[in-house]
Amino acid sequence: MSATPFLMLSAILFTIGAVGVLTRRNAIVVFMCVELMLNASNLALITFARVHGNLDGQVAAFFVMVVAAAEVVVGLAIIVSIFRTRRSASVDEANLLKY
Amino acid sequence: MSVIAAAAADFQAPDIDWGALAPVIAVLGAAVLGVILEALLPRRLRNVAQIGLALAALVVSLVLLSVLWAKPPVSVGTVGPAGAVGRLTQGMNLSIMVDRPALFLQASIVVVSLLAVLTMVERSRDADPFTPQGSAVPGSDFENASRQAGLVQTEVLPLLLLAVSGMMVFTAAGDLLTLFVALELLSLPLYILCGLARRRRLLSQEASLKYFLLGSFGSALFLFGAALLYGATATVNLAAMSQVLQSGAPLLVVTGVVLVLAGLLFKVGAVPFHAWTPDVYTGAPTPITGFMAAATKIAAFGALLRVLFYGLAPLQDTWQPVLVIVAVATMVVGSVVAIVQADIKRMLAYSSIAHAGFILTALVAVQEAGISSTLFYVLAYGFTTLGAFAVVALVRERDARNNITGEATHLSQWAGLGRRSPVLAGVFTLFMLAMAGIPLTSGFTAKFAVFSAAVSAGYAWLAVVGVVASAAAVFFYIRVIVLMYFSEPAADATTVVAGRPFTAAAVALGAVATILLGVVPAPVLELARTAATAPFGG
Repeated sequence: MSATPFLMLSAILFTIGAVGVLTRRNAIVVFMCVELMLNASNLALITFARVHGNLDGQVAAFFVMVVAAAEVVVGLAIIVSIFRTRRSASVDEANLLKY
Repeated sequence: MSVIAAAAADFQAPDIDWGALAPVIAVLGAAVLGVILEALLPRRLRNVAQIGLALAALVVSLVLLSVLWAKPPVSVGTVGPAGAVGRLTQGMNLSIMVDRPALFLQASIVVVSLLAVLTMVERSRDADPFTPQGSAVPGSDFENASRQAGLVQTEVLPLLLLAVSGMMVFTAAGDLLTLFVALELLSLPLYILCGLARRRRLLSQEASLKYFLLGSFGSALFLFGAALLYGATATVNLAAMSQVLQSGAPLLVVTGVVLVLAGLLFKVGAVPFHAWTPDVYTGAPTPITGFMAAATKIAAFGALLRVLFYGLAPLQDTWQPVLVIVAVATMVVGSVVAIVQADIKRMLAYSSIAHAGFILTALVAVQEAGISSTLFYVLAYGFTTLGAFAVVALVRERDARNNITGEATHLSQWAGLGRRSPVLAGVFTLFMLAMAGIPLTSGFTAKFAVFSAAVSAGYAWLAVVGVVASAAAVFFYIRVIVLMYFSEPAADATTVVAGRPFTAAAVALGAVATILLGVVPAPVLELARTAATAPFGG
């Protein structure tokens, strides 16, 4: 089976994630886009592991999953505490610090 | 299936040199122990126990590092699970490379963290830089109640130790996977710590959110770049990668290098990935800002050195032009934008961006001088910036009832400080002069080292740009000095808090190091040179 479709999908997911981070307003959605980028990387790692016939990429994917879970814990805690303060999770409203 | 079975049959159990890992384990173990103590100890004992534990762990780690330094580390390190599957000789296949540059950088991180801990241990009601309850909504009854009860957020030090251990691994990582895990281990605690300021909590939370969103975006870019590099070279190990890359670089590799560099330059705070720096440095609790400015910079430059000079060394022609452009942009943007800042923390943040640019000029010189000057610069700058931020934490506002409130960070509030507290203003002047690179301070030696490295690599024009940018930077450093000494004291109530022995000790140690590294830099320069003579496992 050709690896190309998987790599294409991975690149498309990564791009959707990156564009989402740069354009979306809601912190939760921005954060989900970051997770999408991480998972796109996971897909690329696993596809390449299959192509090369070694386990490096698969091991890496496991580590990335654990790290992503830890990131969710920290990230949601920060976003929730901001939301409780401002009653909003919009990244446009977090604008006290500038220039 | 058969492919995986074959790879699994090939698997060798990792051979781990625990001795070489001991300095990291000391810090990491203390962090875990600190979290457990938090659950077990009664409230009144926690603060003292955490302080003792943190200081002890860092001192033990420093001793272990010096022991490792004395015994030349020939191929010490671990064969990690990810690295163990390649087809390489045993000695090269390291996930963590405890070599001389790594030891130097780890020791720098530990020393700087020791000073940072000193700036965080004073937790009486006026002095405490951290909120009593990070989860409490600012201004709520819950927050008031926890303030009244005199609660103290003691988890700060275990979080700090976790970040320190991540940084120590970050400088020694021998493969991209370890690099990624270490990057997250150092970042996640910092995201939390940024949001824990006691005063101006909205700013602090905003800093935390911005740092988190942009930081995780940077890590995601890094990870995808690592995946592409793995795709092109069939390994995540830097040593193996550099061998494969000898035979040329397809487009996949170039894309991967750009993404990996973006992730690392984000942590360094280089233009165009600098946008988070001023906001986060301003909003975070000042001791955390000092810690980030000093230790994160050391760790990030350590990782950058290893990735560029070791793993991606064959692609020097590809990344060098990128790095030159980034260095110029970083120096110019940092120095110029700092001139128009009216907030002292924000000004120091832009100054740290400019310093990142100065260090990047040394990375252009891919040789011994480039490594040794980078090692010296990050250490010298670490002491200076940590001391400067510790001073900022001491200059406070007073409210109508003469209570000490938040930090007086607006520059106008620093007017006439030299008359009110000559000693503090004198020390801050020293830090400003060191950052400006005036002779007889560490800043001059460090800048001289990086610029001469750039010149020796044939980038004389880059050194000239650096000198011009430093000259522009002198303006805003001197402006603070002029403001402190030659202007009338501001009418509003700026005050310098007294009776903070630990913070004062941190400031004093930072000042002593700044002077020593300027007047007698030879011993430390010699250490840096020793580290650079046989870098990356020799």
